[in-house]
Amino acid sequence: MDWRSGERVDIAIEDGVIRAVVPHGAPAVGGAVIEARGALVAPGLVDLHVHLREPGQSHKETIASGTRAAAAGGFTSVACMPNTEPVLDSPAWGEWVLNRARESGACRVHPIAAVTLGQKGETLAPAMALKAAGAVALSDDGRPIESAAMMRHALEYARASALPIVCHEEDLTLRREGQMNEGPVATRLGLRGIPTAAESVMVRRDVELAELTGGRAHLAHLSCAASFEALRDAHRRGLAVTGETCPHYWTLTDEAVGDYDTHAKMNPPLRGAADRAAVIRAIVDGTVDCFSTDHAPHSRADKRQPFDQAPFGIVGLETALGLTLTHLVEPRHIPLIRALELWTDAPRRVFGLPEVRIAPGFPADLVLIDTGASWTVDPEMFASMGRNTPFAGWTLRGRVIATICGGRATYDGSPRGGEMEGQASPRDPLGSAILAPPGSRP
Amino acid sequence: MDRATVTACPTPVGAGFFVPAHMNASAPARRHLTGLEGMPRETLMHLLDAAKLYRERIASGPWQSEALRGVAVCNAFFEDSTRTRVSFELAEQRLGAMPVTIAETGTSLAKGESVLDTLHVIASMHVTAIVVRHRASGMARFLAGEIPASIINAGDGQHEHPTQGLLDLMTLRDAWGGRFERRRIAIVGDIRHSRVARSAIAGLRTLGARVTVCGPATLLPAHVEALGCEVAPTTEDALSGADAAMALRLQRERMEGGLLPAGGEYAQVWGLTPDRLRLMADHAVVLHPGPVNRGVEITPEAADGPRSAILRQTANGIAVRCAVLSWCVTGDAGAAA
Repeated sequence: MDWRSGERVDIAIEDGVIRAVVPHGAPAVGGAVIEARGALVAPGLVDLHVHLREPGQSHKETIASGTRAAAAGGFTSVACMPNTEPVLDSPAWGEWVLNRARESGACRVHPIAAVTLGQKGETLAPAMALKAAGAVALSDDGRPIESAAMMRHALEYARASALPIVCHEEDLTLRREGQMNEGPVATRLGLRGIPTAAESVMVRRDVELAELTGGRAHLAHLSCAASFEALRDAHRRGLAVTGETCPHYWTLTDEAVGDYDTHAKMNPPLRGAADRAAVIRAIVDGTVDCFSTDHAPHSRADKRQPFDQAPFGIVGLETALGLTLTHLVEPRHIPLIRALELWTDAPRRVFGLPEVRIAPGFPADLVLIDTGASWTVDPEMFASMGRNTPFAGWTLRGRVIATICGGRATYDGSPRGGEMEGQASPRDPLGSAILAPPGSRP
Repeated sequence: MDRATVTACPTPVGAGFFVPAHMNASAPARRHLTGLEGMPRETLMHLLDAAKLYRERIASGPWQSEALRGVAVCNAFFEDSTRTRVSFELAEQRLGAMPVTIAETGTSLAKGESVLDTLHVIASMHVTAIVVRHRASGMARFLAGEIPASIINAGDGQHEHPTQGLLDLMTLRDAWGGRFERRRIAIVGDIRHSRVARSAIAGLRTLGARVTVCGPATLLPAHVEALGCEVAPTTEDALSGADAAMALRLQRERMEGGLLPAGGEYAQVWGLTPDRLRLMADHAVVLHPGPVNRGVEITPEAADGPRSAILRQTANGIAVRCAVLSWCVTGDAGAAA
């Protein structure tokens, strides 16, 4: 069923490209068939904010496991953050990531390169060369660019490459040693708080710098009302500023930290109820330009520490769609098509990735979704090496039946993100496949 | 008072202690003391009743119980402490236990993983209870879920210091003639960094007392009312008619820049002076968890004056730690009295 028209269609795929989209039941050509009666077919999801941890931290995640998690979550493209070891700040490492993704990846991987060498905020990385090596954006994510002058120059210089700067908005002097949102829960637990202003003052700063420079800024993982107010303002002023938010900010509040649960520890932190409501409002009124997961896998040992000492971050790829359908679409905050747009067309536009439509000639990057099916989140079944999710045991509606990337079935609905058997290797995309409901014969 | 007056402790439920879910059901239940928040009133009273017995025993002359004979207890202090450590060691010896102490501050042990490793090794040496002090909030609760020993929190970051809270309750119970209802205490100073305040507030609220806090806004936690207390605009407002005052030590080691004004302004505005203490009710007492910065939080005259209960607090400390150890190890806080 086409995600926009709602019509039952058969889709013929050849050489990784959609060859034909015809009403269901029309005579079909030969080849392998994926039967998907009743499923919704949409362009593959895109996540602009993923930590694949490779190179350097393959005990947390690898490009292979992270992209399998992406495929299991319905994603066909992810943009990976450069805060690896070493930092992705040179063309050679950009190519390394792309090669690795070609060898072992289960989705398209778009590297984001560092804004500054080593993400130290001191020297601009070679943006033009990085773009030539495949970078789709620049970011020092994981750290803010503390100096306003450096951010100004980064925005100015990046104009030549037309790459957006993805801003991790955090005033470190306000955050200090903060571990969670500043609020009643932090006070009760005796944990140092991170005020929302630590995020929003930097958002304000960078909106002003975007105006000053005419540069292209994309504000990462926004979590609080004041940040959306600033983004709204930027949109009103017609600036080249976009912003994203993540599923945990519309589903959870800082109450989820409960009794020092390190699986509810991420940065920006989960906020209070008013900010969570503001996130939903900003999604509804169109302030939020796209969604992302900020997928940040950590090992069990990393998270099995006192709250103070555990690292920030949760995994998100495999729960993103379910949290969207269950907590945005089902309560009727936004319609299904809009929700899917925010995971598909919208992020592709933000990073200028090739358009995907369910029409002949477009890449066969597709996801098949059973929007009615419920499932229970079991981190042990994740394809990601990270089990660090606050959503364990949640029942979610909306299940990925299959993911097809470049004509290749990268996920077949089985646990642990197993790839479909009998498919061609990544280097040799599936020659031909047809999506059709059962009963129709190839 | 004899042992029969100590009521049997009901099975504890609540946030102050718990048996980790992963424990073998057939293994004997371990009791922990990680905090006073969520501890039921009956448990608090059981511990305070027992502490009274220990105080009498200790005051009566040379005394040592055999109740914890052969029980190994480890005092693991990953943060500097003299008085709390000595108080625990004395309590352990009073009960006949075998205490060992590790004091590792500022070393590699400060990291969570090595703390876990070290305490696993200690526990494997058949240590029944581990008394822990650490700079990370939540450390005691974390260890209670990981280490096969009773965990007794001797201060975790800015979270709780439950034995200090209990000794404050014990001191106030004496001063207030056993009644907590319709009593009010003013806690003045650095609430933000104070685990002493968090434990005291939790226990006092459970027993029915009101708590007013006061201090520079930079030293009050955001949403301080979440702790269940009121905020007074001035020291005078906080103290007027109060039944007790508690001055908190300025924890300079936990402070980042910009929290305190220059010069002697803190002492002038928030220091406890004999004049200010006269605003309280006639029977009111003054507490301070120590060590006292004389002339800062409290003037020497006030700290040593007739209203001061500071030395009584210290004596009560050993008694409540006897009760807590006995409660964690035997299930009955008064078993060793």
